[in-house]
Amino acid sequence: MKKLRRKVYMTAGYNTVSLGTGRREFHPKKPRPGIEHYISEAGKGVLEKIGGPDNVDESVLGNFMAARFNKQANLPGFIPMIDEKLQWKPATSVEGACGSGGLALTYGIRSILAETADVVLTLGVEVQNTVKAIYGADILAGAGWYQKRKHGHAYFFPGQFSDRAGAYYEKYGFERARKGMARWFANAMENARLDPTAQEHHNTVSDPYALALKMKPNGTAFVDHLSVLDCSKVSDGASGIAICSEDGLERIGVDKKDAVEVIGWAQVIRDITNDPKDLTELEAIPRAAKQAMESAGVTIDQIGTIETHDCFSIAGILAVEGLGLAKKGEGADWVDAGNTARDGYMPMNTTGGLIGWGHPTGATGVHQAVTIWQQLTGKAGKAQIDIKDDRPYGMTINMGGDDVTVVAIVYKRG
Amino acid sequence: MTYEERLQNASVLGAAGKMGSGILLLTAVEMADLSLKPENKDKSFVLNAIDIDPAGLSGLMKYMREQVRKVAEKKTVWLRKAYADRDDLVENFDIIDEYIFDVLNIVRPATSMEAAYKSNLIFEAVSENRALKVKLLSGIDKNNPNKPWYFTNTSSVPINLIESEAGLDGRVLGFHFYNPPAVQRLVELITTEKTTEEAIAFAQEYAKNLRKVVVPSNDFAGFIGNGHFMRDALHGLKEAEALAAEKDIPLYEAVYIINKITQDYLVRPMGIFQLIDYVGIDVVQFILNVMNPFNPDEGLQHHLLDKMMEQGVKGGQYSSGAQKDGFLRYKGGKITGVWDIHKQHYVDLEEFKDECDEMMGALPESHVAWKSIIRNRNKDELLRQFFDDLKSSNELGAVLAVNYGKRSKEIGEKLVADKVADEIDHVNTVMLTGFYHAYGPVNNFFD
Repeated sequence: MKKLRRKVYMTAGYNTVSLGTGRREFHPKKPRPGIEHYISEAGKGVLEKIGGPDNVDESVLGNFMAARFNKQANLPGFIPMIDEKLQWKPATSVEGACGSGGLALTYGIRSILAETADVVLTLGVEVQNTVKAIYGADILAGAGWYQKRKHGHAYFFPGQFSDRAGAYYEKYGFERARKGMARWFANAMENARLDPTAQEHHNTVSDPYALALKMKPNGTAFVDHLSVLDCSKVSDGASGIAICSEDGLERIGVDKKDAVEVIGWAQVIRDITNDPKDLTELEAIPRAAKQAMESAGVTIDQIGTIETHDCFSIAGILAVEGLGLAKKGEGADWVDAGNTARDGYMPMNTTGGLIGWGHPTGATGVHQAVTIWQQLTGKAGKAQIDIKDDRPYGMTINMGGDDVTVVAIVYKRG
Repeated sequence: MTYEERLQNASVLGAAGKMGSGILLLTAVEMADLSLKPENKDKSFVLNAIDIDPAGLSGLMKYMREQVRKVAEKKTVWLRKAYADRDDLVENFDIIDEYIFDVLNIVRPATSMEAAYKSNLIFEAVSENRALKVKLLSGIDKNNPNKPWYFTNTSSVPINLIESEAGLDGRVLGFHFYNPPAVQRLVELITTEKTTEEAIAFAQEYAKNLRKVVVPSNDFAGFIGNGHFMRDALHGLKEAEALAAEKDIPLYEAVYIINKITQDYLVRPMGIFQLIDYVGIDVVQFILNVMNPFNPDEGLQHHLLDKMMEQGVKGGQYSSGAQKDGFLRYKGGKITGVWDIHKQHYVDLEEFKDECDEMMGALPESHVAWKSIIRNRNKDELLRQFFDDLKSSNELGAVLAVNYGKRSKEIGEKLVADKVADEIDHVNTVMLTGFYHAYGPVNNFFD
């Protein structure tokens, strides 16, 4: 991709709580806020930091399956509910399964680059606790090809990634792989506990690594090669961020040091009707990350922190290998050695990622951008990591489906 | 006749009742699962849900729909395989809905006994009334040419009496589920001298498929479960009266204290008065009336139960499953008051609870709650520590608890001495799996 023709910034990130099992305030049988609440809370959270709705040129909302989880479509219509002054301005929604949030970010970036807007209110939302997990599995299966649903697992996506994990165990060894996956889970818990909005913020397991190692996959109750601790949970939540031009930043009165600059990005797509060529490898994620880094003119060793799409722990391990951080088959060892921990060589998913912070599917891509914005601008609170001067960049990788719709973005402090 | 053939036409008598509905659910699910096997696809399965109460049957079908959905949601992985050849069923939504239909489609609600005239297997779960049971079973048997088997859910009536009085000659056995049948893992199996080997083998296979724990009980009124529970309950009633007299406190305070002793101090899921209410004071009364004539020396009755019945306070449950008030008053599952049998109203717990708790003395620090210990691997060790501390305490609560624990053990040992149970282990298994106790009554914790 060519160098960006105009500077693009992100600022004013906001996360609602990721609500679901694990949060103390979550009661499956009690009424909960609906999708309207989450859109409104995240939207207002951003507006408050950017001087109000008058400063917004247009809005975009990432969402995966409100049409089924909430029986609701035409989501742009909810934008003016955040603030009536957003009425009569442009708003749209985008969908690319769990990559919807990432697509919303690229939509905002494109609007800035196209010079049709200077401030884009960018949101992602999903409210999934409206149905039990066994039915939610059907809805989320929409991220795969429906023609393959019949022969898929009851828990379709855990089934897909269980197949990947099984292939990985067979090729590289079960024990090694499980250790890496257990470490991935433990890192997620450790990080999530530091973020008050994280779904696992209240997690108190004394030794999550030992717990995850002990819990063996059981195919009769769940899937063959993953335990529930290898999976992100069912979440309700929304995130928001403002995407701005330089003029836009000036208009909203935010200093560049309180923003991150998007210095490279890429979006790639893999044919949903094709099975992965090799279950032990990701294709779309490495391509997207490579293109994003090339467009930014940075290399992986200059990046200080990454938010990657760990819908399942095995996806985290495969991403580590796909990014070239570890050789093929050694990603699990690399993770187990602590390299992705918050004080490791490459801190990843520093507010818990999808397994720890939560995975409100359509919101996740935006949440990742918010985390990078927090970390690079020193706003991550207790979850703050040390960003070194020689590796000042951050990257987000958001994936829809099984390595199908992928967005990668490289950021630096503004 | 094979297992499958036997289950192709079955009936449940008293299907709308609490026990009957559970038996219906488990059996309908078992039959549907059989029907889904490839070799059974062309066979029909019929389960008659017979009850005299039409409103009850209508509520039953709603109960079934909800419960089968829960069953299906838990075994969707298996169901997807069972329906693999159905191209029209793609999502879990589709498959679960189809399974619910397939289970309900097996069930035929009926208010007339004639529905059972073609069955090969008949579950009896009508009220605990020997004459009624005999009348229904003999009536069906005269009109049913299949020589069906009868599985009675009686919790107290000796099976050999039903057998001889209804003329069933080896075709009846006691298959006693615990309340609620869908949850409690225990089944007491009671056979007579004449019960056929085939019927026993079928009962074992059926229980295994339902994932039940089978404990054999000999054919004495009350069997093992009620043999223990009824005597334990009578002990609780006597203890409460004695305590009230000794300490010169109102009876309702003593009821509160004994209930607390049997729950918190003995680490049981419910106190004894709550359990009486849960089963129903009327049902307890029925069962005692059945058992009493067979145990003339023991005097298995209590005037407080008679009084409660006279005053119309019966406990039991609403059709929603919520607890009705009995000895205790409940709100949202919590105990809020105790019945004053003299003034005939409930006294708020708040008015006397603190005073009673003080009288009982503090629980030792080693106290463990039933809920936290039931699945704990170090259960026995923790219980021993707590019970040892109780034994070395002179507080009223500790003394009452230790005596109660000893009495509970005596009852268990007597069941073996009287040959109701073949071995101690059977008594303990019944209390562990049918009553969800954390430990068996026959132990050395209180010696």
